[in-house]
Parts: sequence; C-alpha cells; structure tokens
Amino acid sequence: MRYLPHSAHERAEMLGVIGAADIEALFSAVPKSALKSFRLDLPDHSPEFMVEAHMRALANKNQAGGDGPFFVGAGAYRHHVPATVDHLIQRSEWLTAYTPYQPEISQGTLQMLFEFQTQVAKITGMDVANASLYDGSTGTAEAVLMARRLTRRSKIVLSGGLHPHYRDVVKAYLKDDADLVCLSPSPEGQGDILEHIDGNTAAIVIQTPDFYGHLRDLKGAAEAAHAQGALLIVVVTEVVSLGLLEAPGALGADIVVAEGQSIGNALNFGGPYLGLMATRKEFIRQMPGRVCGETVDADGNRGFVLTLSTREQHIRREKATSNICTNSGLCALAFSIHMGLLGEAGFVRLARLNHANAIRLADALDGVPGVTLLNQTFFNEMTIRVTQPAAGLVERLARRGILAGVPASRLLPEDPEVNNLLILAATELTTEADIAALCTALTEELA
Amino acid sequence: MSMNNQGRPTGIGTAGTGASGSALLPDEPLLFEIGDTEHSGVDLPEVTLTNDRLGGFGRNTRLDLAGLTEPEAMRHYVRLSRLNHSIDSGMYPLGSCTMKHNPRLNEKMARLPGFADIHPLQPVSTVQGALELMNQLSYWLMTLTNTAAVALSPKAGAHGELLGMMAIKAAQEAKGETHRRIVLVPESAHGTNPATAAFLGYSVKPIPARDDGTVDVQAVKDALSPDVAAIMLTNPNTCGLFEPQVIEIAQAVHDAGAFFYCDGANFNAIMGVVWPGDLGIDAMHINLHKTFSTPHGGGGPGAGPVVLSEALAPFAPVPFVRKGQDGLELVEHVEGEALGRVTAFHGQMGMYVRALTYMLSHGADGLAQAAEDAVLNANYVKARLEHAFSVPFPDYPTMHEALFDDSFLKGTDVSTLDFAKALIDEGFHPMTMYFPLVVHGAMLIEPTESESKQTLDRFCDVMAELATDAKSGNSARFTSAPMKAPRRRLDETRAARQPILKWERPADVPQAAE
Repeated sequence: MRYLPHSAHERAEMLGVIGAADIEALFSAVPKSALKSFRLDLPDHSPEFMVEAHMRALANKNQAGGDGPFFVGAGAYRHHVPATVDHLIQRSEWLTAYTPYQPEISQGTLQMLFEFQTQVAKITGMDVANASLYDGSTGTAEAVLMARRLTRRSKIVLSGGLHPHYRDVVKAYLKDDADLVCLSPSPEGQGDILEHIDGNTAAIVIQTPDFYGHLRDLKGAAEAAHAQGALLIVVVTEVVSLGLLEAPGALGADIVVAEGQSIGNALNFGGPYLGLMATRKEFIRQMPGRVCGETVDADGNRGFVLTLSTREQHIRREKATSNICTNSGLCALAFSIHMGLLGEAGFVRLARLNHANAIRLADALDGVPGVTLLNQTFFNEMTIRVTQPAAGLVERLARRGILAGVPASRLLPEDPEVNNLLILAATELTTEADIAALCTALTEELA
Repeated sequence: MSMNNQGRPTGIGTAGTGASGSALLPDEPLLFEIGDTEHSGVDLPEVTLTNDRLGGFGRNTRLDLAGLTEPEAMRHYVRLSRLNHSIDSGMYPLGSCTMKHNPRLNEKMARLPGFADIHPLQPVSTVQGALELMNQLSYWLMTLTNTAAVALSPKAGAHGELLGMMAIKAAQEAKGETHRRIVLVPESAHGTNPATAAFLGYSVKPIPARDDGTVDVQAVKDALSPDVAAIMLTNPNTCGLFEPQVIEIAQAVHDAGAFFYCDGANFNAIMGVVWPGDLGIDAMHINLHKTFSTPHGGGGPGAGPVVLSEALAPFAPVPFVRKGQDGLELVEHVEGEALGRVTAFHGQMGMYVRALTYMLSHGADGLAQAAEDAVLNANYVKARLEHAFSVPFPDYPTMHEALFDDSFLKGTDVSTLDFAKALIDEGFHPMTMYFPLVVHGAMLIEPTESESKQTLDRFCDVMAELATDAKSGNSARFTSAPMKAPRRRLDETRAARQPILKWERPADVPQAAE
C-alpha cells in the first residue's frame, strides 16, 4: 500500500522489539467480542489511477459553474481566484502544518494570521478580529452567544433579511429559546426590527447586503440598539461588498460576522468556507476562537503567538467562550493571500466591477416581460418576482445550461409568498453574453 | 530591522541581531511593511460608476489595505511558509492530532471543477455526482463504524460534538425528559467535551480516572442518575488506552436512560479493526482531518461527520441525501423534533472529496493495516523509550499513542516544556505536552502509521539521548532551547497582558494619497 512505509520484515522486527507475538497482542485491551468481529463490505485498496477515474466520473455528473451562464449567490459567490493563491496554499509548509501551538517553528502561520486579522479589522472597520471561525452561519450563532455574555441579557432579534440558513443555525444553537425573535422574511427590504428592541435585548442581527440583496441602514440601527443598551451584530455574506460599502464599524456595529469565501476560496458546494469575526477592543475577552498576537522572543526579536487562550476550551474547558478548536486556517490563508494581492486598489476595483455588472444585470432584467425587480438598492445581488414559481423556472433554465439563481422557496419552503421570487447574483465573472443569454431564455420561458 | 529610503523595513539579508534570520531563512517583514495601498497583484478592468445603486451607503472611510504585485506576493508567502514545521518536512508526533501523511491525489481530486466549482444552491439535478459522493462517503463511514446513520455537515470535531449532543438533547426532549441536565465527562477528556456540554447548557460532572488511566465502570455507575443526559467518553482514550470496560459502561449508561457520546478523535487506532457500533455508542464524530488525512492547513478546515445509532438517527440534522424518484434528493428541511441545521449549506464538501479519495486508495484492507501500523508504531516508541522515560500506565499495551509523564525528570532543572523545546533543535516537532491532564507533565506521542521504522529509530535515538543529557544535569541545553529555530522562546505573558492583535500604521508612515 503506497502510503504505508513498513515492509512485512520490518513489522516483524518491531513486534520483536516490543515483545509481542503478533499485532493482535497489541489490541488485547479490546474485548474479544469486538476485535475483528466482522468482514467489511468495502473494496480493497486501489491504484491511484483507478481512484482518480472513480472520482472523475462523479465530478463529471455535476454541472460546474464555468460550464455556462451563472447567477447563483445567496451566501456563496463565484469569483475568480488568482492562480498564485491556490499554488501557495498547496505548499507543504502551509498545507501540512498543524495549529501553531509551537510558535518557534510556526512563525509562518502565526505572522499570516496576524496579517489576516489586520485585513479583517480594516475591511470591517473594527478594532480587532479573530483568526477565523468555521463559516458565516456558525459565526453568527457565536456572535449571538457572545452578545448575551457581554450584555447579560437574553433577547436576540434576527432581521427578516438574514440568510434563512443563518437564522436556522442560530435557532438550532439556541434551541427552543423563547427570547429568540425571528422576524418574517422581508423580500421588499422592509425593516421593522427597531420596534423590537427593548431593555432586555442583548443584540439585533442585521445582514447587509441582505438575503434579497437590499442594502440596510446600519447607522440608524446602531443608534436605536445603543439607546437601549443593546448591541448591533452585522452580518455580511458577500465580503466583496466591503470594498464599496461603508465599513460596519464606522456605522456603529459592535460585532461584525462575515462569510469570507468570496476572497480566495472556491464554491466547493458549500464548504470549506471561512468565518470572519471582528469586534470592539473592549469585547475581546468574550470573543470566541483563536487570536494571534505580537510579542518578542528571548532575543528581543518580533514574533507572534496564539494569545488570550484563557478564553478557549483547551484551557478553560466548560468555562470557555466557545467549544471551537480547529477553525478555517487554510481558508484564512487563501483569503489573506488574495487580499494581499488585491490590496486596497484591487479590492475597490473588484467591488466596483461586481456592482457595475450587477447594474447591467438589473437593467437587463427590468426589460424582460414578466419580471419585476424588487430592489431599489443592491451591491451584486438582487431579487426579482416572476409570473410563475421560481423553482420550476430555474430547473428549466438549468436544462438550457443556465444556472439562473436561487429560488427563495428553496430556503423558505414554509412561506408561499416567496414562491415566485428568484435571487440572482453577478460578479466580475459575469459577461454581457451571460446576461443576454439569461434574458433571452427568461423571456421565452415566461412568455 | 533596517529601513530603506522609503521608510519601510527591507527584506532579505537585513535581519536584526541574534538567532533571528539567516541566509536561507530570512526574517520577513509584515505584508503592511512591504506593500502599500497602490500596488496590486490582480489586473481588473477599471469601471466608472455613474449611477450607483448603493442608496447612499457607499464607503467614505479608507480601507488602508496593503497590496503586493504577484512576484512580491510569491516571495512573501514562500518565505513565511519556510518558518513553519510541517508533516512533509519532518515527523509531527502530536498526540491526539493524528498528523499523518496528506496524499496529494486528494488535493488534485478536490480541485476538479465538478467538485470545486459547484454552488451549494444550484439545482439538485445539476449536482447528482456530488450527492452520490456524499452517499458513498456516508456508506464508508457507517460501514467502518457499524452504525445506522451519519450526519455529514459538522465543520470540525468540536462542531460534531455539538451536533451529537444536540441530537441527544432533541431525543430526550422528544421523550419529555427535560430534567436530564448533567453530562458526565472523564477528567482525561479533550477540553472540547466539557466546553460542548456547557455550550448547550448542561452541567458537567467529571469522572475521575483510575490509577491505570482508564475509566472505572463503578465510578460511572455511581455518577449516573435520572438527571444524567449522557456520558462523553473518548475511546481509545486520551492516554492512548482502549477503555477495557467500554461495553459495560455503555450498558450502564443505557440502563440509566442516558446516551453514550463517543469522542472519535482517536478512531485512527481502530478503524477497520473494531466497530464502535459494537461498543454501544450512540453518537461519535469522526475527524476527517485526522483519521482520513485531510490536511490540517495550519488550523483547519476540518470536518467532523457524526455517526448515529438507531435511537438518534431520527434526530439527525438537515441536510441529508436520500434516493428519490428522479435520482438522489437533498433533504434540506424537515418538520418536527429533529435538531434542525448546524451550518449553512451542506458541510465540508472539499473534505468529503479528500476523505473518500483516501478511503478508496486504502480500501478496507489498507485502512485496517493503517490502524495496525499506527498502533505498532506507538508501541514501538514506547518499547524503545520506556527505560529512559517514565510510563504512567504500564499495565496495558498502548494503542496509537505513547504516553510518558515527567517523573524521569525529577531532580533535574528540566520541565516537560523544556524537554519539548529541545526536541525542536533536533529537527522534530514536539509531542503534545501537559495533556491529558490526568498525568503530571504529560508527553503524548502519536507517530501515526506514516512514519517509517528508520524515522522512528532516529526519533527514539534523539529522545533517549535527550533524556540522558537531562538526567546528567545539562539543563542549559533544555532551558535555553530552541536555539536553532526561526525564533527562540516567545514571551506569551507579554502577548496576553498587552495584546497587539493587528498591525497599526506607525505615525511617521503616511497612507498613500487619495
């Protein structure tokens, strides 16, 4: 077997050193009834080319994003990742390193995390960021729990514009919690969250651009929340938007959670992704997840370590701020390299290009009979109402080779009012030809 | 650090004093010290927005993000990478972490456009291959554990624990047993176990370890009550020992109406050799980034699918794959008592691809051989070192890890930490230290099946020589170590007391003009 270094001779020699008659002797603590009591109904080992053929056959049954016009978003976005990013993250020293618990021989990972935290703090406009969480959805649940610890209050209000999967994850984390208020979906961008803030409110959670693509007023929300002593948690599922939109931190956000996939990371059918979390300096001791900090070594040279670990499970056990351990290190690296390549100039250009393509898409859709655009504002994503259920329409367009977006009903099956709503995204990869093909097909299907 | 004429620190060959930097391992300035806001390594068309739709929410504050051109970025990240130890460059014997070889076929397969470039919400009819892959991975995991169901979506081990305990909570609430508020956790457990239980509002009751490092069935029976929801037990445990009374413990837990959550972090020791389902487990997460070789990536991403018993299967979260009329279906919503959704989308597809590739490469025979070799390697290390070191639990053969305590260092000025740091100077990554907590000054060594006899011999020679030197009183070699690493010991107290968590622009380095 190509991955196992021992020859039969070496195994025998090692058993001799151990003083064991055979390998079974090493498993003597296992109850007899449970040791090799079965024959696995699984194939035996396989050469590399045969495994590759098997996997390629599976991959070929999927329609890849690059196969045709593509407008799918709703929390995961198809962007271009520079070749340099994927080359670098496959270097052995990045790919096959563990969590940097031995800082003297992990300065690469640690300095990268310090740079990553700086980048996240800058784009969100916050004081500090952690070294990543699993993804935006679990990050939102963590932020909600953090807000409860910070305020010692319990009521949480989720905006109707929050991604329904994010809402569902928060609901699962706070199972059957009477103090969790989930507002109804708001596809028109209507917002009534401010009415729900009271003296027991720990935090309100607002996504912008929201699930339907509308841009939400954070400043007003922050003022209303703070007036009652509540926190504002801002969720961003399309992190490229921060190149063009005002930083949540500049508008009064207390905790910002974002899905970082758009920068550096492929779609991957939903994972692995990258949870970003940033907050105010005074809140760091309640922040979940790993944090990297600057220090010096015994010779006085600058170096980096994981720090503030008294918040974490391996030190604090049941008193930790979270149970999180492994996070999204390599995705954070991909993000940081891509962001380092973009720089401010590139990041802003990328955001502008996304917005410009979205404007083209919106204007084109507006001209299709049977289509009503719901958005007054958007960044790179928008919602349209069509004259028939969107799910069937999307299915028929897929058969024509066009991945036309996400029917809102896929995420909100309990809400018949969203049946005819379709959410579409444009990115820098969207071409004039893609938009023309979509509009032609839509015109025909809706006729 | 010297500055160039633009006021920024320069790179290669300008390192400071002492051990910092060398010809081939230069110190590397921060991205923000070499890049600026004007440079970019990505060419994009410049567009002018005349009639934006931002509704007045456009950015007024500066981003102040440093950029690098492609050649600069390549050097920055290549140089940084060389400051890391990695499996590919040397043995990484971290106990409890299963740092095995990461096959590159896995990486190649995960990057096929049919896996990497598919969106989680594109029509299910266009991702039938992805669903088939999830089905195949599920089949392998259920077959290797002899369990009834598997929930693939958890993002890592601790997330899997959370899901498993949520399923237990949902199952008990469905029976009206909301009074079950206690979770039993042995003292030897990973920190994630008590943290997970507390996360869900349970109170944690520790179970002491026996003198032989295992959990006493009687101690579990004494701790059980009608208020106990579950036990969270790691098997093989964190001392590297198989819990000999695990079946009796499971029986006692079930008799009390509670569930058995098994922390599967150490599944590598028994895959293909022992069926966890036969031991009476109700839920167990499997770290695909340990047992099934998906790379650790400097701290993730991981994946922590959870296998479930018949009793817990109805409470599995969404999504899951099932056969439908027109091929495979993805069930994304269920009504009723199930626990709901623990993450957006469908979990760590990129890790599923790598893990299945690994499984198909090994096959049933190769996986069992890998487990046996992992156990063989740990026992070999233990046998070669037990005379020079101190073995806290000599009675049982170890499984995939060799555990030593620090009593062999008694009378020296050398601590476990010092000893571990000296190992760095010899080219090895240290073992896990001070864990499990039930052993004083613990050194937990997990070689994994990936290490050759030659490497193990070299490691054992170095370990034995270090032990001899420590006992002979040469403590300076240890207390000053490491000397040959890119950095000497770092001041962690200072980092925590005066946290500097991001780069701040020095007052005399202006931002680029608008």
